[in-house]
Amino acid sequence: MGAAATLEVSNLRVELTTRDGISPVIDDLSFSLRAGETLALVGESGCGKSMTALAVMGLLPHPVGRIAGGSIFFDGEDLVAASDRRLRDIRGNDISMIFQEPMTSLNPVYTVGEQIAEVLRRHQGLGRRAAWEHAIELLNAVGIPDPAARVDSYPHQMSGGQRQRVMIAIALACKPKILIADEPTTALDVTVQAQIFDLLRNLQRETGTTILLITHDMGAVCELAERMMVMYAGRKVEEGGVDAVIAAPRHPYTKGLIDCVPHMIDNPTAARPPLVEIPGIVPPLRDFGAGRCLFAARCAERVARCAEARPEDVDFGAGHRAACWQAGAA
Amino acid sequence: MAEVKLDAPAVEAASGPLREVARMFLKNHAAVGALAVLLLIVAAAVIGPPLYSDDPYEMVWAPFSPPGADGFLLGTDYLGRDILAGLFYGARVSLAIGLSAALMSVGIGVTIGALAGFYRGWVEEVLMRFTEFFQVLPTLLFSMVIVALFGASLQVVTIAIGVVSWTAVARITRAEFLRIRELEYVMASRASGAGNLKLITAVILPNALPPIIVQAALMVGSAILFEAGLSFLGLSDPNVMSWGQIIGSNRPYILDASFTVTIPGMAIFVTVLAISLVGDGLNDALNPKLRQR
Repeated sequence: MGAAATLEVSNLRVELTTRDGISPVIDDLSFSLRAGETLALVGESGCGKSMTALAVMGLLPHPVGRIAGGSIFFDGEDLVAASDRRLRDIRGNDISMIFQEPMTSLNPVYTVGEQIAEVLRRHQGLGRRAAWEHAIELLNAVGIPDPAARVDSYPHQMSGGQRQRVMIAIALACKPKILIADEPTTALDVTVQAQIFDLLRNLQRETGTTILLITHDMGAVCELAERMMVMYAGRKVEEGGVDAVIAAPRHPYTKGLIDCVPHMIDNPTAARPPLVEIPGIVPPLRDFGAGRCLFAARCAERVARCAEARPEDVDFGAGHRAACWQAGAA
Repeated sequence: MAEVKLDAPAVEAASGPLREVARMFLKNHAAVGALAVLLLIVAAAVIGPPLYSDDPYEMVWAPFSPPGADGFLLGTDYLGRDILAGLFYGARVSLAIGLSAALMSVGIGVTIGALAGFYRGWVEEVLMRFTEFFQVLPTLLFSMVIVALFGASLQVVTIAIGVVSWTAVARITRAEFLRIRELEYVMASRASGAGNLKLITAVILPNALPPIIVQAALMVGSAILFEAGLSFLGLSDPNVMSWGQIIGSNRPYILDASFTVTIPGMAIFVTVLAISLVGDGLNDALNPKLRQR
């Protein structure tokens, strides 16, 4: 892959121990994040998007989840083999994460200033005063009005949008190389969503942070990302530039995801394409890892081979890859 | 930005969770009254002895002088000692034992509950079986054994009470940790690099405190009762006057001079009731479900 990769995930396999046995919730996943880009990770709930993020952070639910194979290279260092101590130093400093629920991701007993300053003191070794002043600057940078006063506010005194801004301030406090944003706008109003996207885009321009955006919102993908990766049942099914994938999706699952979003049309009276849903649901965990195409049961284009062998990941040029036996035919 | 404008008036004087709790507490009149009574008792314990009498063991008058007669407000006991002086001194002992025994059981209980709730797995298994072991011991009998073995000094009595009463705190702490460790802000703290010690002490524990504080307040009351019970049985330090001890030593004369037993009994009753009401008030003030109204 052309540009230098900040994060290189190869053949990652994450296993979850459930009552039914051990299931690979992430199955042979490889991707890379290039410095400064935004990669969107797309898929339905339960497809392994968040698990991928947690695996990178070293925060898989203990003891049910574990990395069973593969490697995660961050700037030349394998995070799978790294010690807990080293991972703690990386978290929040080199790789940080913002979560879906801004209402519950801030600790209710501390002021927002204390929570930002805490990260600065931990990773940057700043003194109390310096950290506090830097916290005010950060609040200003994420667009909180009157930051010198708001720094003393408790999370419950802020709106959802403002809390997400505070989360972004905490995540970007140490100028991380990678920001993992796990559905950062799902819980917010549409107008606030747009503001958060603007904020992320501006901050990325200023700091050059690489963003891994986890979402199921195609609008967010087009808004923010240059490349996208579609996951289904723990596997990567398609990957490529956002424009190329949206214009000509090669995997039927990607097609389905795109078709079920309403499109803006120039002429409101013109005939619209009907909104299509993808029938069925994600297969149960115990089916993950089976040697066939896991999407076949929901797929309109399935052929006999889909039930017999797992489709290979094929490059169709310009980094546009898809794992579907029918992808070449499309 | 529209969102900013809407929220600007919300910048009220930064009021922390503590102020919010104080506001809710003040709304509860019973609890406020009880707190006033409690403060009065504490004040009596502090300034009573130096102002009134510095020796509760001194035989000042004939025995069994009824309250009000002969210039003794609460009368004298079977040895002619001033009961009011004994109450002042006993307040010190009872409150001190109540507080330190409660602190001790909170210390043990929070440590064990926090470790069990945070680490889960075999740590939880071992610690909770240990807790259950202490829970099923007959408390009075066990503390009597401790006092009998190590002597009836104030410290031993305090430790005996603390050792038998921490299990409730441990269970509450564990339950709170089990709940809070799954919340998103704990994951967020982890994601920003916080280690386990930090998560336990600075992230989860402050959020787990409300029910623990309530339990601790109630425990002060039950520790005072417990000490009174031990003293009544003659298992407390004979050289230190406590309320239970006054009751215990006057027990043979309960029919002839009932006031010698009733008065310290009332003192215990009023104190423990006041502590319970304050604990109740704290419970309402700290309970987020009630606070939302």
